[in-house]
Amino acid sequence: MNYSSYIALIPLLPLAGFVLLGLFGRKYFKASSGIIGTGLLLVSCALSLYTAYSYFFVDGKIGDTYQTITAVKYTWLSFSEEISIDMGIILDPISVMMLVVVTFVSLMVHVFSLGYMKGEERFATYYAFLGLFTFSMLGLVISSNLFQIYIFWELVGVSSYLLIGYYYDKPPAVAASKKAFIVTRFADLGFLVGILVLAFYGGTLDFNTLIQRLTDEQSPQFLAITTASFVGVSALTWGLTLIFMGGAGKSAMFPLHIWLPDAMEGPTPVSALIHAATMVVAGVYLVARLFPLFTITPVALSIVTVVGIISAFLAAIIACTQTDIKRVLAYSTMSQIGYMMFALGVSGYGGENGLGYTASMFHLFTHAFFKSLLFLGAGVVIHFIHSNEMKDMGGLRKYLPVTNLSFFVACLAIAGIPPLSGFFSKEEILLAAYRSNPIVFYVALITSGLTAFYMFRLYFSIFWNRKTEIHNHHGEGPFSMKLPLMILAICSVLAGLIPFGEFVSSDKRPLESHFDPMFSIAPVLVGVIGILIAAWMYRKDSDKPQKISGSLGGIYKAAYQKFYIDEIYLFITKKIIFNLIGRPAAWIDRNIVDGLMNGIAYTTAAVAGFIKGIQSGKVQSYAIYFFGGIVALAIVFLYLWK
Amino acid sequence: MNLSLLILIPLLTALAILPMKNLKQVRTVALLGSAVQLILSFILFYVYQQERAAGNIENFLFEDNYTWYAPLNINYHVGVDGISIAMILLTAFVVIAGVLVSWKMPARTGGGERLSKEFFFLLIFLSMGAYGFFIALDLFTLFFFLEVAVIPKFLLIGIWGSGKKEYSAMKLALMLMGGSALVFVGLAGIFFHTNSFDLVQIAGMEIPVDVQKLFFPFAFIGFGIFTALFPFHTWVPDGHSSAPTAASMFLAGISMKLGGYGCLRVATYLMPEAAHEYSTIIIVLACIAILYGAFATMMQTDLKYINAYSSVSHCGFVLLGIGMLTKTAIDGAVMQMVSHGLMTALFFAVIGMIYERTHTRQVAQLGGLMKMMPFISTVFVIAGLCSLGLPGFSGFVAEMTVFMGSWEKADAFYRIATIIACASIVVTAVYILRATGKAIMGPIVNNEHLSLGDAGWNEKLAAAILIIGIVVIGVLPFLLKDLINPGTEIMMQKIADIVK
Repeated sequence: MNYSSYIALIPLLPLAGFVLLGLFGRKYFKASSGIIGTGLLLVSCALSLYTAYSYFFVDGKIGDTYQTITAVKYTWLSFSEEISIDMGIILDPISVMMLVVVTFVSLMVHVFSLGYMKGEERFATYYAFLGLFTFSMLGLVISSNLFQIYIFWELVGVSSYLLIGYYYDKPPAVAASKKAFIVTRFADLGFLVGILVLAFYGGTLDFNTLIQRLTDEQSPQFLAITTASFVGVSALTWGLTLIFMGGAGKSAMFPLHIWLPDAMEGPTPVSALIHAATMVVAGVYLVARLFPLFTITPVALSIVTVVGIISAFLAAIIACTQTDIKRVLAYSTMSQIGYMMFALGVSGYGGENGLGYTASMFHLFTHAFFKSLLFLGAGVVIHFIHSNEMKDMGGLRKYLPVTNLSFFVACLAIAGIPPLSGFFSKEEILLAAYRSNPIVFYVALITSGLTAFYMFRLYFSIFWNRKTEIHNHHGEGPFSMKLPLMILAICSVLAGLIPFGEFVSSDKRPLESHFDPMFSIAPVLVGVIGILIAAWMYRKDSDKPQKISGSLGGIYKAAYQKFYIDEIYLFITKKIIFNLIGRPAAWIDRNIVDGLMNGIAYTTAAVAGFIKGIQSGKVQSYAIYFFGGIVALAIVFLYLWK
Repeated sequence: MNLSLLILIPLLTALAILPMKNLKQVRTVALLGSAVQLILSFILFYVYQQERAAGNIENFLFEDNYTWYAPLNINYHVGVDGISIAMILLTAFVVIAGVLVSWKMPARTGGGERLSKEFFFLLIFLSMGAYGFFIALDLFTLFFFLEVAVIPKFLLIGIWGSGKKEYSAMKLALMLMGGSALVFVGLAGIFFHTNSFDLVQIAGMEIPVDVQKLFFPFAFIGFGIFTALFPFHTWVPDGHSSAPTAASMFLAGISMKLGGYGCLRVATYLMPEAAHEYSTIIIVLACIAILYGAFATMMQTDLKYINAYSSVSHCGFVLLGIGMLTKTAIDGAVMQMVSHGLMTALFFAVIGMIYERTHTRQVAQLGGLMKMMPFISTVFVIAGLCSLGLPGFSGFVAEMTVFMGSWEKADAFYRIATIIACASIVVTAVYILRATGKAIMGPIVNNEHLSLGDAGWNEKLAAAILIIGIVVIGVLPFLLKDLINPGTEIMMQKIADIVK
């Protein structure tokens, strides 16, 4: 099957939606914009599924290896003979998988929003932005070129900015959108410089050529990039570490994670799509995309591991203390992405060594389903109760039966309880960690227990615990809101049964997944303990949580305050950058540099002797100045003539 | 195609304005004239592409050469390459948008419709200077048109400006005239050693290196003042903020490009050895302008000051690209000129629209404009996103080309310079998003603003014209790249040997 005949439609249909609704939505499609956006995405999603079917089952494989197919490629902007930005589409296992994930979750969110965002004044704008985001994210995953990925990387960033700031008249939303953009922009600075480094030594921006050249130890490019060094670190390590900085920013990894919790100010379906399932895993995807290069640079890869495991653990602790349900989910997302990151970090290349790679992609895949389900469920709760705070909730299972059940399923999945999807993927990650680094393994295991605990703390606090008095009676919401929950719940249950290693592996050859029941005892046990503690503390309304948090004292407070990382950033930006750089720069410019210029002007005026003051002379003085200039010229000329 | 039409049409338009009776007639004539000029620029673009496609590899096309003053070898010599055409298109876009936003004349004490004739006359006359400058191949002709493009600005600011307009007008005129004087010294120096003002001829000669070293600084700094070369940029904030909207658009959109174009076409192209010699200094100054300009912008509270300072920062990229002397970097510099011209004109236009309605440009006194004026606010956001280098808009491709070109130089000095320039994209994001977050988004600060209306047809059209330019370059950058490529290639042939 010829992919190039239709593949470009997958990203272009959402773009068409953006252009159409963005330009004319407010006027002509006020009511129908949701249907238009959803319809376009439905087609896009169907095409993605078809692509996945034909790639994985029909013609993607030659022998036992999946091929990298470049379906489309245009030169967009050429810098030199070799280096150019191409707009292309490549199909390989991870990009095809991401096509499915992105279009599918986006479709669910589109459908959900039909009910959730109904009656919003900027309904058309909302769908336009969703289209823009989906286009950008799809463009990102199918990129054939390092710079192309950067372009779409920035575009997802701006879509995220626009959607976080959707409620533009609310100051917290504005502040959050700004913060998200600036923090990721800062990280992207690293990404950009990393690209420059790799492009310079690799002599190309094309992924395939770049990877081919730099993994070939005989190639001149490989020699150049490994021998060139800066402060004792090779250019390759620098390049990849800087690129990873971009990935860490987008994926909200420590210490660049501070924007993600605040990003929850956006509409909840947006959080489900962008800040849970798709955009935030872009960093993981980026590392996976360049994985062959990371495997030849142990330093860069160990940075990935360390950042991943710290993020996973830190976020899990913070998640245990937060009371805003979306923030709990945000930290949980950060923690789970940490899992994906360190899974890549502990992975090797090829065969059994590449287990971590497969596990990471597998977790990315399953996480997309259960995490977007959790967010959409939280959306129903917030829609129903008009609050994000746990203290306003409790006993909602009677009012929200579908949500209750699907939320429960998702919690079990994320807690890693068999046979739900999260169990399988997390299992593989832990196994990969166990084989490579025991410290990482034990921290990950503890994190896994914490995950089960905070998820069920959330679940019980919302749906069990004390009864909440309900004043409104609009119920769970329209069918358009319930349907995505049900579909995603089914996916969360079943996604783990896919023999993922068959399709996605570091060297694109099938990876036998052996399932070792003995190994899984520990993680499951840890998960069950976490759930039981949460049930003991939160199933019924009691004072146990207060007592326990009280007894933890400073640790609890520090975790509740997110370890004061925001405050540290605030100090750096407000006190140091603004007061010590920005303000002096502005002052120097007005007083010293400009003063100097004015000084020259006044001196000239005085020397010329014709003018009493610049401002009084007006046009005449200007003419005189010009005349003075000519005199000066004459002097220079005389000097030249001699 | 006869290039002199490009000068003739603005001249005729300006003259046709004089006998008109009222504002309505005046602006109609101005609009018609600038529309014809825009169409003419597109025709020029088209026939140029046809010529190139037909295999014409002359450096300059459509040349005309008449003797003007034989004893000094001064000729009226015009001709274009892709770079000039890009600048001519830019000028045509900005001028027509400028006429459209001035539809009701800028607010002026006791103003209204009085002096409308003079205003539009000066505006169109200015544009004639710019067109002449961009097609000139004779250094004297070039200098002549540079002067034409300076003097009317003084009047535009002095009469229709706001704030401390006399001071600003004077400062701008003095500094730009100072720049011109330096340019003149540089040109005269070249003339003395080549006995020619003809750019094509001079390019074929070798000017002795010590002569280049002596006169390059004059020419480069002279032109550099126009394009906000640090530390001679201080006219920019005052000049722009006092100028009426259309004049700000012209000033930042075109006038600053006269400088960049001159730095490249005259100073660097004709004296490449000296350019190479001084490149370190140019790069240092450009980096200061880029980063220090960005930090200074961060602290501004007036929308016009924000955009003016950000222009200093953005024009730094032009100088950086020129200073790097690699093909890609110079491509980037030219692209940045076009991109910045369109983007900053859009920014000043939209700031003008906000100011006309709210009578303030202080960010703190604005807020939640999105509610009352969704169109204007969206344009503001687009201009902002272009300024912070979002892909899809022209700023991104231009800046990235500069970065790519700068990185081609492997020395640590150039690397650090490039990273400093890259770092500015973060600072840019900070000040743009701060201004947007406060003025456009957020709660409404002043309830009197609730009754304000959105853009009129003329303002919408002006914004649309500029946005189309920005988006076309941003989405199809190869159009611009292919247009300027032969021009920069020819320059590089001269420069490349020296750099190596």
